[in-house]
Amino acid sequence: MPAEAVASGLSASTWSAADPLVEVRRLTTWFPVRSGVLARTVGQVRAVDGVDLTIRQGETLGLVGESGCGKSTLGRSILRLIEPTSGEVRFKGQDMLRMGPAAMRRMRRDMAMIFQDPFGSLDPRQTVGDIVGEPLEIHHLARTRRQRQERVRELLDLVGLASSFVDRYPHEFSGGQRQRVGIARALAVDPTFIVCDEPVSALDVSIQAQIINLLERLQEKFNLTYLFIAHDLSVVKHISDRIAVMYVGKVVEVSSARELYQSPQHPYTGSLLSAIPIPDPTVERGRERILLKGDVASPVNPPSGCRFRTRCFKAQPRCAESEPPLDTVRLGDHLAACYFPLG
Amino acid sequence: MSTAPALIATQAPIRQTRIHLLELGRTHPRVILAGSLVLLLFLVALLAPFISPHDPIAVNADNAYLPPLSPSHLLGTDELGRDLFSRVLWGARVSLPVAFVAVAVGLVAGGVIGLISGYFGGVFDLLLMRLIDALLAFPALILAIAIVAALGPDLRNAMIAIGIVAIPVYARLVRALVLQLKQMEFIAATRSLGATPMRIILRHLIPNLLNPVIVQVSLSAGFAILAEATLSFLGLGAQVPTPDWGQMINTGATFLANDPWLAIVPGAAISVTVFSFNLLGDSLRDALDPRLRS
Amino acid sequence: MSLHLLELDDVHTNLTLKAGVVRAVDGVSFHVDAGETLGIVGESGSGKSMTALSIMRLLPRSGRIDSGAIRFKGRELTGFSEDEMEEIRGTEMAMIFQDPMTSLNPVYRTGWQVGEPLQIHRGTDVRASLAAAIAMFKKVGIPEAEKRVAQYPHVFSGGMSQRAMIAMGLTTSPSLLIADEPTTALDVTIQAQILDLLRNLNRDSGMATILITHNLGVVAGICDRVIVMYAGRVVEQGRTEDVFAHPEHPYTWSLLHSIPRLDADDREPLKVIEGSPPDMMRLPSGCKFQPRCPFAVERCDKDEPELRDVRGHLARCWVTQAGTSLNGSVDAG
Repeated sequence: MPAEAVASGLSASTWSAADPLVEVRRLTTWFPVRSGVLARTVGQVRAVDGVDLTIRQGETLGLVGESGCGKSTLGRSILRLIEPTSGEVRFKGQDMLRMGPAAMRRMRRDMAMIFQDPFGSLDPRQTVGDIVGEPLEIHHLARTRRQRQERVRELLDLVGLASSFVDRYPHEFSGGQRQRVGIARALAVDPTFIVCDEPVSALDVSIQAQIINLLERLQEKFNLTYLFIAHDLSVVKHISDRIAVMYVGKVVEVSSARELYQSPQHPYTGSLLSAIPIPDPTVERGRERILLKGDVASPVNPPSGCRFRTRCFKAQPRCAESEPPLDTVRLGDHLAACYFPLG
Repeated sequence: MSTAPALIATQAPIRQTRIHLLELGRTHPRVILAGSLVLLLFLVALLAPFISPHDPIAVNADNAYLPPLSPSHLLGTDELGRDLFSRVLWGARVSLPVAFVAVAVGLVAGGVIGLISGYFGGVFDLLLMRLIDALLAFPALILAIAIVAALGPDLRNAMIAIGIVAIPVYARLVRALVLQLKQMEFIAATRSLGATPMRIILRHLIPNLLNPVIVQVSLSAGFAILAEATLSFLGLGAQVPTPDWGQMINTGATFLANDPWLAIVPGAAISVTVFSFNLLGDSLRDALDPRLRS
Repeated sequence: MSLHLLELDDVHTNLTLKAGVVRAVDGVSFHVDAGETLGIVGESGSGKSMTALSIMRLLPRSGRIDSGAIRFKGRELTGFSEDEMEEIRGTEMAMIFQDPMTSLNPVYRTGWQVGEPLQIHRGTDVRASLAAAIAMFKKVGIPEAEKRVAQYPHVFSGGMSQRAMIAMGLTTSPSLLIADEPTTALDVTIQAQILDLLRNLNRDSGMATILITHNLGVVAGICDRVIVMYAGRVVEQGRTEDVFAHPEHPYTWSLLHSIPRLDADDREPLKVIEGSPPDMMRLPSGCKFQPRCPFAVERCDKDEPELRDVRGHLARCWVTQAGTSLNGSVDAG
């Protein structure tokens, strides 16, 4: 066994369910910024800039952050829908980024994604039955046409849609129903791991609860592992076991959902929490607000040292000199990248 | 968040072509009108041998220069006594197939180039688009003339030439559409399922390209007819004695002063044909445009 | 003061579409007084945006106010000609919209656009309106205002664009500001800044604000009174504290219980509102919320309730009007 594998304790042959399902190390995904007639690269959008994460089997890891933080890019990089620039993504011990296309296609049987836009994530030219059945076709999971149809009906039933919907087209349904179709499609391959990219943000408030409950029920039933990406921390806190907070391409804090709310360490987390409105006038009006100045930093040219320092109310000269690593603060499983945490 | 281009994302699918056409006809009568015209033209071309009152190449010097509405010569005769009505009908048998083949060449070749360029991008895109740019650098008709001149003046080469000239239009159109579609979430979703590029192109991209491409086909057909007529007018297309509208205008031009109908009749035929195709293209574009639908 | 700044009296706005007539605003009445912030809460199809557009008379071609009265500073707006409306719009009433990135014209400099209302309504010359724009930018908290007024909108971030929109709305010191989902498209930390700004502006100038949103947390934070709309009707109306403390309409109640709260400690499944938002072309008879209502009784299917006083504020529900309290049905948590 190669020395490297021994050191990390992880390799495809020794992986067991007790080990993390997904391990991300030093993942970066940069997008070139091109300019001029010859489309020369003048800079890089550092969408994901060195991220370490672990996701354990059966848990829901929430990923929050505001626009430009890279959470969506991170989710897609982990599934290799976007090619990462460097780093490592291990799924069940196997290094996904070094796999060839055939092996990758096999891996895709074990993982799936649910998308944000219930309108755009379904091919308008396919029936619901085709959409949900396509994964079965791609991976040859049903031997006969009847088997396939039965499985499709089963899946629709799991997500709460009538089987009579198989011949209808996406545009005939509401946003919530389309999102259910997307979930049924993701379940078709019987995956272990599902990346949920803002699955409820585009839905009406009264429908969001339905979909959130559905996702939780399915998780329990099939022992699914979720990476739940959203900008709404209230939703993320409700559904997640642990939460990772991202800011401009980096994870700045990771902890259990409860601890994140009760004792946030990173000033950004603190301001994020204080900015979220709580639907209770007495609570809401009595809260202490941390109001940040300025706008979110740019991923093309992030500030030196700690990226958050330009908006941070606790910033000191040290913050500009060097970038605090994620384990600067380590309280058990609770990590935060800050030299002057909230404490 | 992806903003789905209105052109594609909100299209209602063609469930079964039959039903779709009926729906279309009810809300957009222009499509039915234009479609009927085009259908009529095709029928004329098909049935010309049966419905022509006279043999189009039968020379009859005594009957030359008869004006329209002469007995048994609805549109008159030309300088050699040949019945113009029959020649016009038979002329359709030249022009329409040329349009069909030329558009097919442009569509298939251009479409494939556009697909590869748009989907795979990178060096393919760079090289293929430079090729397309090279083609576009020449004015269409001049390029067609040059190609036919190089290959030798005959009908088959005219088809090829017009087809080549039509390639850039389709390449650019398809490439633009593919670039738009590529960004849409359902393509990302299909990739996340493990679909191969071939599957994505065949099952997901092409069906979603149909509507804009159909519109373009109608419009290209109009251009192709005109191009063929021009080539034949210049003597580079259909050769004597094949009855051809462009050729007829060529000979008719010399008699414009005294017997204008020799040129007007085929000219009108071209106009009507091109108009029908353009009308079809325009009305289809309006009918299929999701924004105008509601 | 018995004269309200803005008063709507049984307003009906209909949209005539190919598929039929949609009663987008179906008998809505409320008032707004100077200095207060009124929240209008609802989901898609509730009619909240249409109500705002009716007030400003910016309805789409297919829309028309078919009956009812809209009184602004005592004047009857529904009778006004388009010219008269144009005089009020931008001077006494202003509106800001959801997506700041597309609300600004990309080919004009922001300073020029922000000063445009002054040019149009007060005949101010360009230089003076630019100076006013700089002052407004400072007021809404845009840093380096002198530099910013010369920039084009695409340079502005989301939060800054929204501030620019607010600045544009305020140049003529209107008495009423209507904000249609002003923070929905913004990041939450920016949202907090903008809401804070709106609250301060409201306090300092005595301007009235109508805030349209689907976010109950936002309402809880800055609205004095709130109106809940469903299927084009007002279903609940009252002081914010009252409505949140004891919602008297099942829709409001269900909404409050179905949204995850940051300060909730349990991981119990959320209470769900069954069904989907109503199809405005095919509304049920009787109470419009009845198909999804966990408290519905037989009467709800047949008769539509009136908006009546229930324990201190208004609600449109047979069940609560009859005396039942919705809170009593809540299990612990």
